[in-house]
Amino acid sequence: MMYFLAFLAKKLLITFLLVLGITFITFSLIKTLPGDPALALVGERANPEALARIRAELGADKPFIVQYGDYLKLLSHGEFGRSYSTHKEVSAELAAKFPNTMKLAFFAMLLAVPIGVGLGFAAALKKGSPLDGFISSISVAGISVPVFFSGILLMLLFSLKLKLVPPSGTGGLRFLVLPAVTLSLPAIATLARVCRATISDIIQMPFVKTARAKGLYELRINLVHILRNALIPIVTVIGLDFGSYLNGAVLTETIFGWDGIGRYAVDGIMKRDYPVVMGTILVGTVVFVVINMFIDLVYNLLDPRVRAVYGNKR
Amino acid sequence: MGIKGKLSAGIIVFILLASVLAPVIYPYNPHAIDLDSLRVPPGAAHPFGTDQEGRDILARLLEGGKVSISVSFIAALIAMSVGLLLGLISGYYAGKLDTAIMAFVDLILAFPSLLLAIGVSVILPPGIYTVMIAIASVGWASFARLTRGFVLPLREAQFVEAARAIGCSNARIVWAHILPQCIPLALTLMTLKLGGYIITEASLSFLGLGAQPPAATWGSMISASMSYIASAPWMAIFPGLAIAITALCFNMLGDALSERFGIKVR
Repeated sequence: MMYFLAFLAKKLLITFLLVLGITFITFSLIKTLPGDPALALVGERANPEALARIRAELGADKPFIVQYGDYLKLLSHGEFGRSYSTHKEVSAELAAKFPNTMKLAFFAMLLAVPIGVGLGFAAALKKGSPLDGFISSISVAGISVPVFFSGILLMLLFSLKLKLVPPSGTGGLRFLVLPAVTLSLPAIATLARVCRATISDIIQMPFVKTARAKGLYELRINLVHILRNALIPIVTVIGLDFGSYLNGAVLTETIFGWDGIGRYAVDGIMKRDYPVVMGTILVGTVVFVVINMFIDLVYNLLDPRVRAVYGNKR
Repeated sequence: MGIKGKLSAGIIVFILLASVLAPVIYPYNPHAIDLDSLRVPPGAAHPFGTDQEGRDILARLLEGGKVSISVSFIAALIAMSVGLLLGLISGYYAGKLDTAIMAFVDLILAFPSLLLAIGVSVILPPGIYTVMIAIASVGWASFARLTRGFVLPLREAQFVEAARAIGCSNARIVWAHILPQCIPLALTLMTLKLGGYIITEASLSFLGLGAQPPAATWGSMISASMSYIASAPWMAIFPGLAIAITALCFNMLGDALSERFGIKVR
């Protein structure tokens, strides 16, 4: 338990430093923007007092590091600025749209994890066979097709030709299917690659031979001995892939008109609406980092080997 | 290198040659507007059809290939140079400098890559240089991390010790003894990354952050096609295939190289 607390403290500290670093980078980007940084932060149509207040707070004459401190203070009050074009609070808009993006990412993951792990597992068990060749080929293809192209193809086939689902919009399962499938394709490919590599390493381990020598059923060997040991890299990739869901969401949501933070950011890009773009980058990245921290913590709880390693070191 | 690697290399060379030679071997001008043949389906006159302004899609694809591939390639070259340099310094000197450089690398890697590239793109005027800078300023980090991991054990290698014993300076050891060892790693990684950069370049152009109209890029051709997707799907399909095939070839070539040199990238 002590070890876990130490581990938890260390993880929290690292995450805190990362979040600080992320805000530093977004602030540096905002400072580099052409024009008035206060304007870039609050938005052109913010009321004059707010603009004057933030301009004073961000005073361009102050040293960079003081300005950064003031920026952090604004962020801590949930002050992400207002959109140039809609005049709405960026923080409120992000809070409203975030659940939609999470819903999309969650469904994509629900598809990607079993299919990706299954394909990778099958390829590793039959390494060198035509099946393996086939799975490896489709997984290279999966990371090579941009989501905005696979999305368009799916839309052409399933909504415009077969008219099974609506081509765009936000709503229930009917609207969710196409963007979720689109988003899951690169994730399936990445997972299959990682699973194949991990599992083919584990298969050669002596404990697998022991299990087989004991005469255990193949299924039991596969699930209990092999899959359980492959979980850490797999779970890590699932976490890291969340970043690619966010990358993909920017494009997928735009194509399918899904009302999440990705499309919000793209609208911001089109209108050069800096508070919107920077707010989305900041929030998306922080969520990504925090999710990965949780995943780290979870498998630390699940895997006795990680605990042991950590216990020995400290 | 297996058949897949050779085939991929061949296709890449073919695409490059076709793009460069297009003005000589292909009759259509990629920017010539022809209002008499708007959105003509693929056929004898226009093998890949025409777009909403009557421009020949194959001509634009070839023109776009030149832009997309050279932008991605230059971005990869910058990312590799910066990453290699910082990775070498980090891995060779180790200690506090290493910790500082790697902390910054981890910070960059903490961002979803496309989001950060978008952040860099919006602060600069849109264009091909912006795309190069955006891709390189995100991409150097993974080069640095992998190079550092590769160099770290070399510090204690006998050939480095020998070089030190005969009085080589640190700079000479890094430049003449360690750097050449990193070249297979750098080349493999660059090829693998190029596959991803082709997609990132296309994504940024798709979002309107790349080369501006009337310039042809694969990504911007697809985004222009979105309004006509039901009536003229070929406007999206051919550029999409071009992106997918090029990225696929770089990825397969990268896989073949990493097998050839025994480099584990993932």
